[in-house]
Formats: sequence, structure tokens, C-alpha cells
Amino acid sequence: MSARATEPASSESDEALPEPRYVPLRTAVRALLRKELALELRAPQAVPAMALFSVTTLVVFHFALQRGVVDGDLASGVLWVTLLFAAMLGISRLFVADHEEGGLDGFLLAPTDRTALLVAKAVGLFAFLVALEVVAVPAFALLLLGPSPSLAAYGQLAVLLVLADAGIALVGTLVGAIAVQTRTRDLIVPLMALPLLIPVVIAAARGTSPLVLQGGSQGLEVRWLFVLGLYDLVFGLLAYALFDFLIED
Amino acid sequence: MLYGTRLRALSIATLVTMTAALALAFFYAPMDADQGFMQKIFYIHVPMGIVALCGFVWGGINAIQHLRTRDPKYDLRSYVAIHLSLILGAGVLVTGSIWAKASWGHWWVWDEPTLVSFLIVFLLYATYQPMRFSIEDREKQARYASVFAVTAGAFVPLNFIAVRLAQAYTHPRVFATADGGLPAKMQLPFYLSFLGMTLLYITLWRYEMASKNTSAKLRSLRRKLAGDDAVAPAGRTAAPSLPTT
Repeated sequence: MSARATEPASSESDEALPEPRYVPLRTAVRALLRKELALELRAPQAVPAMALFSVTTLVVFHFALQRGVVDGDLASGVLWVTLLFAAMLGISRLFVADHEEGGLDGFLLAPTDRTALLVAKAVGLFAFLVALEVVAVPAFALLLLGPSPSLAAYGQLAVLLVLADAGIALVGTLVGAIAVQTRTRDLIVPLMALPLLIPVVIAAARGTSPLVLQGGSQGLEVRWLFVLGLYDLVFGLLAYALFDFLIED
Repeated sequence: MLYGTRLRALSIATLVTMTAALALAFFYAPMDADQGFMQKIFYIHVPMGIVALCGFVWGGINAIQHLRTRDPKYDLRSYVAIHLSLILGAGVLVTGSIWAKASWGHWWVWDEPTLVSFLIVFLLYATYQPMRFSIEDREKQARYASVFAVTAGAFVPLNFIAVRLAQAYTHPRVFATADGGLPAKMQLPFYLSFLGMTLLYITLWRYEMASKNTSAKLRSLRRKLAGDDAVAPAGRTAAPSLPTT
């Protein structure tokens, strides 16, 4: 990736502006990420909405399934549907502020690689998802989960969550960047992101269900970690290759 | 490129191949021992599915070309390819559903990974047109549609792997795939039908390309003859428009 906007000013005139310095990727990512987190800390918007939505969804599941406790396949499904739908809220908010307040234009003027924005947004969304799960997983265990899994099972669930979050964050950044330019942003995000995230749901739900069985948790199958890892890798490369085209103007 | 040339010959070739393939499928290919007459739908369903998927991938390849060259021609090609694949995809889901009802007794079975993968891919591509329609700026619409087409094209194989894995150990595949275990007398009608379906796709693609190109030319000619004001500006649409000169 080459730097944009680093054309040297015409060399003939002595009063040429100083040549803009190229901002290294790491510095740019750090600055963008700090902005992202500072915004969310000062005026919390995405994370509280996602967390509240997830708890409400669990309550809806309780009444819709007409069950006090769930376990196994059903528990795994309830957890992942809740997390995925809550993630949709975060994805549709991801680029809105930048789009409306001209943050994207400001970023484009900066002499740095556009991948910086992708990395910062994906890491930011990842952090939001982790924050969501810090609320949603205990709420799920408290409200609906029948068996009480061991600490080891929770550890394995955490590995699954991290890998799945990485996939959701990458796809979410791509879809969010596309959707923010459309007039029907909130419709496009779930319609586009949910089919794209089906492989994540398959691997995560299959991996989770043996952890939350009634008769004590069985181990996590490594196969599902590989599927999630492969998914993260493929979408990481795709996002890296395509993101530049999404923020051109 | 002129898309309208030799369209008549192409159409006739398509018609002849499809008719021959169907005739062979009905009168030459042996009856399936288990499923009897219902198995004939295989000669339509499977080629249609393969052609639709190839069309999606081809749309993705054209989208890469569009992103690289910024030539609106490639965006139009990608759009038409995906648009036709969506139509064939609806056909695949309907014929697959009929086949499932006939052989398993249900209109939809989740045990068949290929059909389930196809549904997911179809649902994803179904957002292509609404997404295009909701972006007003033409240049941006084309660029974003191409990004989507590339992402979705790469998603197709990944999705097939994941869905297959989800069922690999619980449900063995009941049906022989087209390449393995198909009797020789079924192979000929199948390959001919595959060829016919490919020709049909190409023919339809060229018809639509020719139509879109001709309308663009007509608009620019009208504009030259009667002035810019005489031709109403194109309304908001999902279809890409070629630049009128």
C-alpha cells in the first residue's frame, strides 16, 4: 500500500509547503482506536444498546420457548442468536458518526494508509463485542442456562467467543462500511451480514453445545476452532484487499 | 464489444441442445431404480445449480476487473451475471424442493448440505439488488456493488465447506454425486444438459447485455439529436447505466 497525498510540492518554488510526513500505520491505528474508544466512553451508545438488547432477547427467549432452563443444543443456539443479533446493532452504528460528522473526509486527508481505518474499526468493534459478552454471557448463565459448566468449560467458551468475535468484527467492518453509504442502512446490515456470518454460527454453535450439556460438559472439538480460524483468515484478507475501495470519497 | 452479433445462432444452438438433452433424459437414460421417474429432475436441477454458482463466481471475477480498471463495462457484466444467476438460483431452489418432496417426503430437508449451502448463498445475493438500489451516486453504487460481489464470490466456497462440515459425521451423503457412480447411460444426458444450461446462461447474458448497451446508445443518440433537455434523466435504479456520451 502506498501513501496517498504525499505528492511533493513543486520543487521550483522555494516557498513550497513542507512535504507532508507519512504517518506510520501503527500510529494511525492507535490514534483512530483511541478516538473510537473515547467516543464510546464519553457518550456510550453502542455497547449499552447491545447489552440491553441481549438481556431483553434472553427474556424473549424465555417466554417464546416457554422454558425456565435450557441446555445443550438449545442453550448454544439461544446464546449465539442473542449475541449475533446484538452484534447487528453495533455493526449498523459503526460508521455512522464518521459518515455524518465528516470523519471519513478528515481521515482521507491524512497522509496514511487506509488500512489503518479498517484495523481500528475492526479492533474497536471487537472490543465492543467483548464488552457485550461480558454482560450477555453471565446474564445467560444466570437467567436461562440449566447446567452450571465448569471453569474449564467457560475457558473453552472464551476461546470460541474470541475467534467468533474476530470474524464478526471483520465482516461487520466491511458490511458497516458498505451500508453506511446506502439510504436504507439499518435494513442492509442484517440482510447482508447474517448470511455472511452463517459459517461462524455453524462453528460456534456446534462448538458450544457440548460445553453446556446437562450431564456435565464434554470437551471442545478442535475442528470448530479451525473452521473459525479459517473464516477469520479468509475474511481478514478479503477486508484488507477490498476496504480501500469503500472509503474513496 | 457488440453483444448482439450472432445472437440468433446462439439461441438456436441453445434450443437444440436443451431439447436434445431433455429428449435423452426422458427417453434414453434408464429409470432410476429407487426413485423412478422423479429422478429425471436431476438433469435440470444439478446443471442449473452448477451454472448459477459459476455465474456468481464469474460476476465476482468481473467485479475484480471493475475495481482494477474502473471501467463501467465490467460493472454491467458483473451485474447481469449476478442478476441471471439469481433467477436460475430461484429455479434451483424450486426444483430441489420438488425433488426433496418426491424422494424424502418433505418440501425441505436440512440434511442435504448442498441445497442448504445454496439457500444461504441465494439469501446473501438476494441483498445485491436492494443494496444497489439504495445507493444513489452511480459511481459509488458500482464500486460498492463490486466490493460486495467479490466478497460474496469468495464466500461461496467457504460456506460450502462450513455447511458440509456441520453434517459430515451425522449424515452420510445418500446420493452419488454427478461424477462418481453415475451410470454411463445417465452421463451423456447429464453432460448434454449441462452444456445446454451453460449455453442458455450465455445466451440470456448476451441478450441482456445487448439490450442494456442498445438503450445506452439510443439515449446518447437522442441526446445528440434533440438536446440534453429532451431526454429525461434516468430514474433511480439498481441497474448500472453506461455513460452516455
